[in-house]
Amino acid sequence: MAEGNAKETVLEAIGLTKKVSSPDGTLTILDDVGFTIASGESVAIVGESGAGKSTLLALLAGLDLPTEGDVLLDGRSLTELDEDGRAALRARRVGFIFQSFHLIPSLNALENVLLPLELMGDTAATEHAEEVLASVGLSDRRHHYPRQLSGGERQRVAIARAFVARPAVLFADEPTGNLDASTGQRVADLLFSLNGSSGTTLVLVTHDRVLAARCERQLELAAGRLL
Amino acid sequence: MSERSSAFRLGVHSVLRDLKAGELRVLVAAVVLAVSATTAVGFFTDRVGRAVLQRSGEVLAADLVVRSNRPIAESYAQKAADLGVESASVTSFPSVVLAGEASALADIEAATDGYPLRGLLRIADEPYGASEEVQAVPPPGEAWADARLLARLDARPGVSLEVGAAELKVTKVLEFRPDQGARFVDLAPTLLINAADVARTELIQPGSRVSYRLLLAGAPDDVETLHAALKPELGVSERLQDVRSAGPQIQNALQRAERFLGLAALVGTLLAAVAVGMAGRRYALRQIDAVALMKCIGVSRSFVLRVNLSQLATIGLVAGLVGVGLGYLAQIGLAALLSELSGTLPPAGLGTIFTGLGLSLLILAGFALPTLLQLRDVPPLRVLRRDVGPPPASALLVYGLAVAAFLALLFHQAADPVLASWVAGGAAGTVLILAGAGLILVWLATRVRSSAGASWRYAIAGIARRGRESVLQVAAFGLGIMVLLLLTVIRGDLMNEWRATLPEDAPNRFLINIQPDEAAGVEALLESRLGDLDLVPLVRARVVEIAGTPTGEIEFPSERGRRLVDREANLSWTSELQSDNTLLEGDWWDAGAAPGLVSLEEEFARDAGIGIGDELAFDIAGERFTATAVNIRSVQWDSFNTNFFMVFSPGTLDPYPHTFIASVHVDDANRGLTLDVVRQYPSVTVIDIDAALEQVRAVMDQAALAVQYVFAFALLSGIVVLLAVVESGREERLFESAVLRTLGARRRQILNSALIEFTLIGLLAGVLAAVGATVLGGLLASRVFDLPVSFNPWLWVNGMAAGVGIVATTGMLATRRVVNHPPVEALRSF
Repeated sequence: MAEGNAKETVLEAIGLTKKVSSPDGTLTILDDVGFTIASGESVAIVGESGAGKSTLLALLAGLDLPTEGDVLLDGRSLTELDEDGRAALRARRVGFIFQSFHLIPSLNALENVLLPLELMGDTAATEHAEEVLASVGLSDRRHHYPRQLSGGERQRVAIARAFVARPAVLFADEPTGNLDASTGQRVADLLFSLNGSSGTTLVLVTHDRVLAARCERQLELAAGRLL
Repeated sequence: MSERSSAFRLGVHSVLRDLKAGELRVLVAAVVLAVSATTAVGFFTDRVGRAVLQRSGEVLAADLVVRSNRPIAESYAQKAADLGVESASVTSFPSVVLAGEASALADIEAATDGYPLRGLLRIADEPYGASEEVQAVPPPGEAWADARLLARLDARPGVSLEVGAAELKVTKVLEFRPDQGARFVDLAPTLLINAADVARTELIQPGSRVSYRLLLAGAPDDVETLHAALKPELGVSERLQDVRSAGPQIQNALQRAERFLGLAALVGTLLAAVAVGMAGRRYALRQIDAVALMKCIGVSRSFVLRVNLSQLATIGLVAGLVGVGLGYLAQIGLAALLSELSGTLPPAGLGTIFTGLGLSLLILAGFALPTLLQLRDVPPLRVLRRDVGPPPASALLVYGLAVAAFLALLFHQAADPVLASWVAGGAAGTVLILAGAGLILVWLATRVRSSAGASWRYAIAGIARRGRESVLQVAAFGLGIMVLLLLTVIRGDLMNEWRATLPEDAPNRFLINIQPDEAAGVEALLESRLGDLDLVPLVRARVVEIAGTPTGEIEFPSERGRRLVDREANLSWTSELQSDNTLLEGDWWDAGAAPGLVSLEEEFARDAGIGIGDELAFDIAGERFTATAVNIRSVQWDSFNTNFFMVFSPGTLDPYPHTFIASVHVDDANRGLTLDVVRQYPSVTVIDIDAALEQVRAVMDQAALAVQYVFAFALLSGIVVLLAVVESGREERLFESAVLRTLGARRRQILNSALIEFTLIGLLAGVLAAVGATVLGGLLASRVFDLPVSFNPWLWVNGMAAGVGIVATTGMLATRRVVNHPPVEALRSF
C-alpha cells in the first residue's frame, strides 16, 4: 500500500458501553469508548489491570455484545448480526492470539494450524499450513502435540494458526503474557514481522509498555474510558 | 472439502484422538458395559427363556399340540415335516380293561413312535419301584400301565389285559408321562399302548368318545411359523395349544420368571445409562474450550452440532461394537457354566447384535447428547474469560431426551408395560426426592460452613460451592445405590418369597372322588400318617345361564371363556377365603351368609364376561339352581393348592350330590400311603403332581440363576456409575487441589476434607436409596409379582454402608490421584 494514501477504516468502535450487574449494583466496565482503526494499522490497547482492555477486545471481535454502542467490522455492524453471522465474519476476516495459547490438546501442531482452513473448506489446506508453520520455525515439530511443546513453541503455533487464514484483522490478547522475557521478545518479533509482511491490521491488548510501543498507535484505557 | 464432511472428519478425528489419549475412558467404559450387560443378558435370557419354554413344553410333551375329537388331517403333519418340525400323534379314549375277572376303567393313550416329543416317560418294572426315564412307546402287543390301574385290577406287571378285542401284555409300570396334567378331569389311570394296536382293539366306533392329539416340536421359529400357518386352517372341533396355554401353574411360574429376568436386566441397563449420562456430561464439559475456540475463529452453531453428532456416533459405534462382542463372549462363558445345571441351552439369537448397537446409540443420544447439544451455545467469549460457560440447556431438551430414552429402554427391556411403568415411576420419584434432598444439603452447607473446623469447613464449603455438582452427585449416587439395593431385594427377598409360595411340603398328591360316606374314613387314614388336613367338597355342574341369557346365546369375550363355561365345572364351597386367594372386588361373605352367593376367579370372570351382581344358573344332573356373583378374587395357581374358578357360600351346594377332595404332601417315607387308600377305598383316585411341581421348581431355579448373573453385571454397571460420578468433578478438584497445595495445604488436609464431603453425600444418598428400594421393592412385590411384602432391615444397613463405603472409597481414590498430581502441572493446564 502506497505511503500517504488515505487508508480504509477496517474497524470502528462507536460509543461502546458495557455494564454488568454485580451483587453491589451495576458495574460499568466500558464507558462510551469510540475510535477507528485503519486497514494495516497496528494498535495497542494498554491500561492497568481491570481497566477494561479484555472486555474491549471481546467487543471488537464480536465475542461479546456491548450494552450500548456498536462495532463496525469491514463496515458491518456486529450488533446487527446474530451469533452465527458474527462467527462467519470472524472466520473470513479475523484471527486470534491468546495469552494462554488455547491450542486444541487433542490435535498436533500442524492440525491446529490447519483447523481454520479446514473450517473454511480450504482444499489445498495442508501445504499452506505447512508453509506457515515453517515460517514460525516449527516444521520439525509439526507432529507434536501441544503438551509436548514449550510455552514459546505453543504461542508460535498459535501465531501460525492466526495468520494461516490471512485475516484482515488480528486480535492478540497479552500474546507474551505467559512467556519469559526473551521468549516473549522472540514471539513479539515474529508477530510483528508476519504482521508487516501480510499487511494485516493488528489489535493488541497488553500491559507491557515496551510491546505496546512497537505498535503504530496506543489507545490507553483507564476505568473503562479512553484517555 | 465441504463444510459437512470437514465437520464429520473433525468429529471422528477428535474422538479417535481422545480415545488414544484416554480422555474417553469412563464414557466408553459406561457405554461398553451398558451394551455388553444388556446384550449378554439379552443373549442369555433369550437362551434361558427358550430353554425354560422348552422345559415347559414338557407339560404338553410337545411345543405345540393340535387337539380334536375327530381324526386330525394328515396335511398338518405334512406341513410340520416341510418346516422340519417333528410330529407324533396320540389317540386317547376311555375303556374298561379286564384282567381275568377284574375290571377297571382306564384312559387308553395310544401313541406313535417319537412320543413324547418333549420330556420323558418314567417307567419301572414294579409299582413304586426303581424307575428309568425313556423316550419311547411300548412295542405293538405290549402296554405300560399306571400303578393305580394295576392296583384296581389287583394285578402285577406281566399280566395280560383285554383291551376291547385286543390282548396286550403289561411289561412296565408307567409312573409318569409329561402330559398327564394336574387337572381333575384326568380321572382314570393311564394305559399307554402303541398306536399300531388301536385298530385291533376295535374300540373306536362311530360315536365313541375319542380325542386326538397331534404333537409338534421343533426350533422355536419353525414352531412359531407352523403355529401361524395352522391357525387359519383349524376346523371347528380343532384347537391349538402351546406352552403358554398349558396348565395355569406352569404358565403362572413362567410369567413370573420372565418378569424377574426382565426387571433385573432393566435395572442393570438403567444403571449403565446413568453412568453414560454422567460420563457424557463430563466429556461435554471438557469440549467447552475447544468449542469456544472454534466459534472464536468463526464456525457456526450448526457446524459445532455436526461435529458433536459425529463424535457421538463414533463413540456409539465403537463402544457399541466392543460391547456387543464382550456381551457375546460373556454369554458363551455363562452358558458353558450353566450347561452343568440346566443342560445344553439353545444357541443365542443374532438379532441381539443390532439391538446392542441400537442401544448404544440410544443411550448416548438420550443421556449424553443433551449436554453435548449445549456446546452449540458456548459463548466464544470463553476464550478470554474462563468463567463464562454455555447457558443452562433447555430443561425440555435435556429431560425430554433423557426421559424418552429412559422410557424406550424401559419398555424394550421389560416387555411388560405394568412392570415398566412401576419401575419408571419409582425411578422418577427417587430422582426427584434425591435431587430435593441434594438441594437441601447444599442449602444447609451454605448456612453451616463457617461453624466447623478447617477440613470440615472446606468440605462443607465444597458441597455448597459445587452446588449443581453436589445435587447431581447425590442424585446419581443415590439412584445407583437404590438400583443396586433393589436388585438385592429382587434377587433375595422377592425370589425367596416366590420360592416360599412353593414350599418343600407343597401338596403333591390330590385325592379325588372321595364319596361322602367314605370321607370320615379317608380323612382318618390320611391324618393318622400326615397330621391334620381338611377335605374340600366338590360338585360338578354346568353353567346354563349368565345374567338371564342362556350360555348358548352369549358372545363370550374370549374363546377360552366359552370353553370354560361349556365344560362341566368343578364347584366348591367355603366359609372363609383361602389363604392363597386375594379378594380383588366385592366383599367376602360373613360366616352366617345366606346360600346362593358365588365368588369368581379373576381371569375366569373376565374371559366369561361375568361381573359382580350377575346371576348364574347351573344345571346339576338335570336340577337347576342359581347363585349371584358377589366378589372376584385372584388365585395363586402355582401354589398347587386345590383352587376353583367358582366357590359358593356354605349351604348353596350341600343338597346336591358331591364328593370330596384332599390335597396332601406325601414324602418318600409315605409313598405307599396313597396305595393303601386306593386299596381300602377303590373309588378314590390319586393324582400325582410331583412332576408338575418339579417343572415349576425347575423354572424357578433357572430364573434364579439367571437373575444372579444379571445381578453381577448390574453390579459392574453400578461401579462404573460411581466412577463416572467421581470423575465428573475431577477437573475442578484437580485445580482446587493445586491451588490449595500451592497455598500450603497438606495432602492429608485435602484428603480429609474430600473424605468428609464424600461421606456426607454418600450417607444421604445411601439412606434415601434404602427408602427408595424399600418402597419400590414393596410395590413391585405386591403390584407386579403378587407376592407378600416383607420388610428387610438389612436394606437400610446395606444402603448406608454402601453409600458411605463405596462413595467415600471411590471418592478418596479419585482425590488421591488428584492430590498426587503435581500442582504446577495442574495450574499450567488451566
